[in-house]
Amino acid sequence: MEKDSLKGAIDLLLIAGSAGSLDVLLKVLPAIKSNLSFPIIIVLHRKASYDSSLINLFNTKATLPVVEAEEKDSLQNGKIYVAPSDYHLLVETNRSLSLDYSEKIQYSRPCIDVTFETAAEVYKTRIAAILLSGANSDGSAGLKSIKSYGGITAVQNPQYAEVSYMPQKAIQTAPIDYILNIEEIANFINKLSL
Amino acid sequence: MLEYNFVQDEDVDIILNDILESYGYDFTEYSKASIKRRINRLFTLDRFMSFAEFRYRLRSDPDYMHRFIEQVTVTVTEMFRDPQFYKVLREQVLPTLGTYPFIRIWHAGCSTGEEVYSMAILLKEANLYHKALLYATDLNHDVLEKARMGIFPLSQMKQYSENYIQSGGTKDFSEYYTANYDKAKFDEELSRKMIFSTHNLVSDRSFNEFQLILCRNVLIYFDKDLQVKVFNLFEQSLDNLGYLALGSKETIRFSSLTSRFKKLDNEKIWKKIA
Repeated sequence: MEKDSLKGAIDLLLIAGSAGSLDVLLKVLPAIKSNLSFPIIIVLHRKASYDSSLINLFNTKATLPVVEAEEKDSLQNGKIYVAPSDYHLLVETNRSLSLDYSEKIQYSRPCIDVTFETAAEVYKTRIAAILLSGANSDGSAGLKSIKSYGGITAVQNPQYAEVSYMPQKAIQTAPIDYILNIEEIANFINKLSL
Repeated sequence: MLEYNFVQDEDVDIILNDILESYGYDFTEYSKASIKRRINRLFTLDRFMSFAEFRYRLRSDPDYMHRFIEQVTVTVTEMFRDPQFYKVLREQVLPTLGTYPFIRIWHAGCSTGEEVYSMAILLKEANLYHKALLYATDLNHDVLEKARMGIFPLSQMKQYSENYIQSGGTKDFSEYYTANYDKAKFDEELSRKMIFSTHNLVSDRSFNEFQLILCRNVLIYFDKDLQVKVFNLFEQSLDNLGYLALGSKETIRFSSLTSRFKKLDNEKIWKKIA
């Protein structure tokens, strides 16, 4: 894919990860341009009940406003939505969000695959997803689904990831368009914007 | 994990209409993404070869319809989930309810009953149990059978006990149940004042007046219009100065209730003020 062709290529960006991905996000979020032309959804595996402190932490670092996703929220450009702990986050056809408290999947709630798969179906070619560090295979099937609808897939370079399993597994499972080092991620995101 | 989506959006609509016509259960105003995922899960689980076969089975086999409800509606629940919420119930809601001669509580969409037993424990510890009645309803009668038994997996008790302590509980949580193999059977004294009944929030009416209605993690599965209908049902079913308690990610913000209800603290509890 030509680098220039990324410009304005998407209407939604997904970023997800598990163990070792919080530090990556804290490096990436401050470097994202403040007039980003699409919304971002972040799905992180973590222990339940630390939500408000995580949102606060992101807000002190990020250039864009960060909110915890609420059910029925309509996605707005230039805003970052974080999946609340202990709920699955789904994307509806009308580009709003819904929450689901069903069984854990891949030992996880939120489950990355659930968000990726429902978003892929709605946004088809107009979506990109980045999978970061983690010790679990969640996200691989989701990336596969994103690719099957013609979206853009990326993972953190497993060689430099704190826990390489998650991005490594994704590379083995799904066609990945970009393998990114930490310092390349923000630039990649900015290039996708108008 | 779904490798493929066998049942597409149009198919979901067809099935939900069939079910409404044949059985009277109305899922057409459920949030689409979630119910579609649950339907696809069931389709895969039961190894259907085609959508036509799945549709035929659902229309022609009432027992299978039974399974559909069991599998497609989400029944996951916990005791003392969100301990802080129960702490606010303990410290702010129950003392007020205690001033009434009689306390009627409605658990709407109670699933397997973990929250109803949690509430019974709170009422016991506040010395209010003797004058309380707990109505617990769900559209799925299998879960009500389980709720009635008050038997939960023993493996959950460690978590529930931690939740209980965080909610301000000071007793030994294990006093409330008897362990037997891998099950914990809760004291029958706790279920003495519970009334279990099927009730469908989508189609059934108000059936009593309550001082407290709890409906947690049920409305997230409903679309906005249906949420509004259910909020109206709750308003009709609440006494003046009664309380409405929702799940930690639910809100009355889209309904007409906002002007007549006042929120308590940071928890999802509202008091009816007009």
